[in-house]
Amino acid sequence: MLASLVSISLGAILVNNFIFSQFLGLCPFLGVSGKMSTATGMSVAVIFVMTLASAICWVINTYLLIPLGLKFMQTVAYILVIAVLVQLVEMFLRKAIPSLYTAMGIFLPLITTNCAVLGVVLLNTQNNYNFLESVVYGFTGGVGFALAIILFASIRERLAFADYPKAFEGFAICLVAAALFALAFMGFSGMKIM
Amino acid sequence: MNRKQQFAEGTITNNPVLVQQIGLCATMAISTTLFNGIGMGLSVLIILTCCNVVISLIRKIIPGQVRLAIFVVVIAGFVTIVDLLLQAFVPALSESLGVFIPLIVVNCIIIGRAEAFSSKHDVKDSFFDGVFQGVGYTLVLIAMCLIRELLGSGTIGGGLLNGASGFITLDGTGAGIRIFSDTYAAGALVLPFGGFLTLGVLMALLQHILSKSAARKAAKEKEVSD
Repeated sequence: MLASLVSISLGAILVNNFIFSQFLGLCPFLGVSGKMSTATGMSVAVIFVMTLASAICWVINTYLLIPLGLKFMQTVAYILVIAVLVQLVEMFLRKAIPSLYTAMGIFLPLITTNCAVLGVVLLNTQNNYNFLESVVYGFTGGVGFALAIILFASIRERLAFADYPKAFEGFAICLVAAALFALAFMGFSGMKIM
Repeated sequence: MNRKQQFAEGTITNNPVLVQQIGLCATMAISTTLFNGIGMGLSVLIILTCCNVVISLIRKIIPGQVRLAIFVVVIAGFVTIVDLLLQAFVPALSESLGVFIPLIVVNCIIIGRAEAFSSKHDVKDSFFDGVFQGVGYTLVLIAMCLIRELLGSGTIGGGLLNGASGFITLDGTGAGIRIFSDTYAAGALVLPFGGFLTLGVLMALLQHILSKSAARKAAKEKEVSD
């Protein structure tokens, strides 16, 4: 049991990193990695929502959708859960922990359309994870996202001083830099606990 | 609205992937064979067009505060329909695209067009916007697939064409037409690394071409005014 949890975590953080090997959550990855402070804010928000969404969607899928024979409604149900969850988290934080709320700022509403969140929930269902595995996969998937975005933010701060062809300005050079990151993360593939 | 201009915007000057830089996840993830690329492109084209039409039809009765939630529900509905149709009729495609079909729900292209275009324009314009933006997306996918497949494994049309007989197969088993031996292929291009690199280079290429044509236009205008 513990071994499978460790292997799920290791897989989600390094081997099958959400960004560098599964291509999930690229829009916020490129969008908010310009500055280190925004990157950390986004990471915290994503870890938080991904863990909660994994837990709630597992419960809804197992105790509501499957017994009622509504499996085909999974996509619709999941996206609604995520949208509502993000809204609730936003309201709760504003009341309860205003300092964290201001730190996360505009990143919370953006998470609804982050495909890493919907992706992790769908992958939980696809891999038939149990409750604990789903939560661990959600949390470590978020950690993997955070690792990628924070590493990349530090590179982008240096890209500002780099000298590259003019045509590569903007996203293009970021994608090339991300490609090199993906190449580095390929070194983790094949790593297994057992 | 000028259709020709709208077409040029959708496919080149305001291309969803290369210029608006949205919907990147699926573009990089599934562009490994032509079969995947065309399948994904057409799925998005159909969903985008349907969503544009429906959202444009109901645009006057949607309350402003909850419009995003309504957009998402409309999109999720169409995505589910396409997902089930693919599972029933093209199971090979549904299997190889995997989680990226349901993920069209959060594809920024569709929600982006809903917010920026179809919620402000009439049905006819929205329909064509959906088709043209969808074509632009499909073209990028095809270009990515051709480059990555040719350089990465030395074949063209994997999954769709059958090299031995030249026939089109729809079950995803075609091995593609071999251009050169895979011992000379740069296999890394089929891996995630290649997805990032190919898209980055394509983006830079389009930026280069657009800035060249803008400079030429400016020079021409200057000549006329002189």
